[in-house]
Amino acid sequence: MIKKPFFGLGKPKLKYSGIENIEGKDVKEIPPSTMITLMHKSPNGELGDLALSIGDEVKTGQKLNLRKTGEEYLTSTATGTITDISHASGYAGQSFISISIEAKSKDLWDGEFEKAGKNGSPENVLPFLSCLPGISDLTSLIKIDNPLNTIIINGLDQDLLITTNQLIVRNEADNLAEGVEFLKKTTGVKKIIFVVPPSLRMEAEKSGAEVKVIEPLYPDATPRLLMKEILDNPVPPSKNLEDLGVGFISAEAVVALRTAFVKGKMPVTKVLTIIDKDNRLTCIKARIGTPVRDILNALSIDVSQGDRLVFGGPMSGQGIYSEDMPILADTDAIMVQDKDQVIPIGNDPCINCGECVRACPAKLPVNMLIRLLENGLHEEAANEYDLLSCVECGLCSYVCEMRIPIFHYIMLGKHELALTGSLEETNA
Amino acid sequence: MPNQKLFVSSHAPYWHNRSSLSAKSYNILLAALPAVILGIYQYGPPALGVVALSVSTAMIWELIMNYVTKRPVSIGDGNAAVIGLLLAMLLPATTPWWTVVIGTFLAVVVGKQIFGGIGGNPLNPTLVSIAIITLSWKGLLDFDEALVNFDLGFYMVYPLAALKHLGPSVVSNYSVGELLMGQYAGAIGSTFGLGLIIGGIYLILRGMIRWEISISFLVGIFVTALLFNISDSEKYAGPLFHLLTGYTLIGAFFLATEDSSSPVNFIPMLIYGVCAGFLTVLIRNIGAFVDGAVFAILMMNVANPLLDKIRPKALGKGIKHA
Repeated sequence: MIKKPFFGLGKPKLKYSGIENIEGKDVKEIPPSTMITLMHKSPNGELGDLALSIGDEVKTGQKLNLRKTGEEYLTSTATGTITDISHASGYAGQSFISISIEAKSKDLWDGEFEKAGKNGSPENVLPFLSCLPGISDLTSLIKIDNPLNTIIINGLDQDLLITTNQLIVRNEADNLAEGVEFLKKTTGVKKIIFVVPPSLRMEAEKSGAEVKVIEPLYPDATPRLLMKEILDNPVPPSKNLEDLGVGFISAEAVVALRTAFVKGKMPVTKVLTIIDKDNRLTCIKARIGTPVRDILNALSIDVSQGDRLVFGGPMSGQGIYSEDMPILADTDAIMVQDKDQVIPIGNDPCINCGECVRACPAKLPVNMLIRLLENGLHEEAANEYDLLSCVECGLCSYVCEMRIPIFHYIMLGKHELALTGSLEETNA
Repeated sequence: MPNQKLFVSSHAPYWHNRSSLSAKSYNILLAALPAVILGIYQYGPPALGVVALSVSTAMIWELIMNYVTKRPVSIGDGNAAVIGLLLAMLLPATTPWWTVVIGTFLAVVVGKQIFGGIGGNPLNPTLVSIAIITLSWKGLLDFDEALVNFDLGFYMVYPLAALKHLGPSVVSNYSVGELLMGQYAGAIGSTFGLGLIIGGIYLILRGMIRWEISISFLVGIFVTALLFNISDSEKYAGPLFHLLTGYTLIGAFFLATEDSSSPVNFIPMLIYGVCAGFLTVLIRNIGAFVDGAVFAILMMNVANPLLDKIRPKALGKGIKHA
């Protein structure tokens, strides 16, 4: 059980789990499921002009154009027949189109990418790369007219208890080196920085990228904090990394890029860390689109009513509602939390103890922020109390004595601000 | 859907360090116990009566206000008990029962609940009550008058009052050991210096109070008293005497550190503490009151929102990008 230490003076010190914490050294392969569901994040959730329909046959690795007009596409991860297409909504109002495929046991691979990828020129492969495992959209890093100047490869993980990336750095160091070359070629970026914990320095140095070793202390591997610590170039609150010409990619996605080019097939499997109720870690490999139920069954992890299922880690993951939810291209971990471990949120106001202020890595005045956010004053929160500087680590809620869901309020505030911003743009 | 398990879902994070307000309150009560127990041992049943009445009526006032304001019952969080106990620690053992009841009313209802309950109070509730009692009933907090019928075998004169009326010559009547062990007349829970220091260090190490406030308050008192002493040692007592008498130690570890009325950023905490210490000695040495800690801390409580505006730049703020 996680607890504040008896001598609780100072900031919480939470360490990213290293690969030495994984149970068993092997990556377990999860047998392919008969039902694969692809979740495609679509800015508009309309089902009217879809180019796909129920009954269509698809091949593994095939690029599926989603709409009759427009560029949206996804990569099929199974061979079979589409049985259902529906709309789903996700975190903070994100809109998804979910496509269910009844999978055949034998994979037929699609060859289109092999043809396009032969000479490896960015223009040809760009229309295929938005669905690589380990990243939600690689194409945001490929800017043909105005390439980024730096790409940071994260050899650590997004959250505590996740070991997915670290495992890949250790097991696939040679593939990573090749991947870095492909990354340079497709993106046109010269400067590649590879961030790893001290234990993986040897492996990282094989990659040919500039290696930066950081202490695995949460949340130092978050993009905005890395920008400050490693590039000494903090991101202003209203901008993002790409505005400063910096891209952020996980080690897994780099390896996936290499697989795509070397094998001529779009990779369709994903490495995940499974965190069970006792916080034991298991690493598995599964098809993107495999339902969580099949993964948990294969590992014989029981879940019952009242437990919690999370995509991601304990600090910044996203809760899911059903075992039927499929794993996505950027799902690095599935965490199962027993109902006894679920801590209800508090109902009382802030007492100004200042724990959050001391814990905040971005130096936000969280005590003032929460007073405004609780009252829905999102614009004031952004203008006067730096709401948009938040790096989204969740430490404020973790230390809150009154158990106020501060992180939730912050994300809601950011979401509402983004909504008002986009409304103003459309009305202007 | 049949066979569908219902999961608990919420926003991240899914871990918590399990700190809570009740744990904090109970730890403060625990840390205050050594000083209270010595007070009860010295003054006997009257002191026990004041402590028990104060804690219980503070909780009752809280409960009544919970019902009146139709809010969830909050006496379980221990905050009302802490207010009651601290109030008792500042009172002499002979305080009449009605003063205690009014005192806890002033602390819990006027000091805290009318501002919206916990977290809303701009001033330390206990000090609000003590300040009103001091101003309204002049003799009640005069320890020499209140404890006139006690003879506990040591020098039964309240040191700060003696200092005020007789000058620094009285300092020689008290040894440091006596001051630390509570061998002088005073309030129930604020004379046992050693106990308060041990309690305070315990709270600091557990992360329950902010060390910056306690230490800077003591530094403020020490430096100011030292400057006065250097300027005219015939007129002003030395810094150690000020550190170990009156409400100094209970103020540093239990009163100035109250969450809602004190700052949270590093520099503001230092300013808050040092200024409170400075004002305390100023009031003691040239002001009208015997002890200055109560009004000094209240003054700085008022300044708290302004002080807390001094804060570090957030990540990415104040950087110009071409």
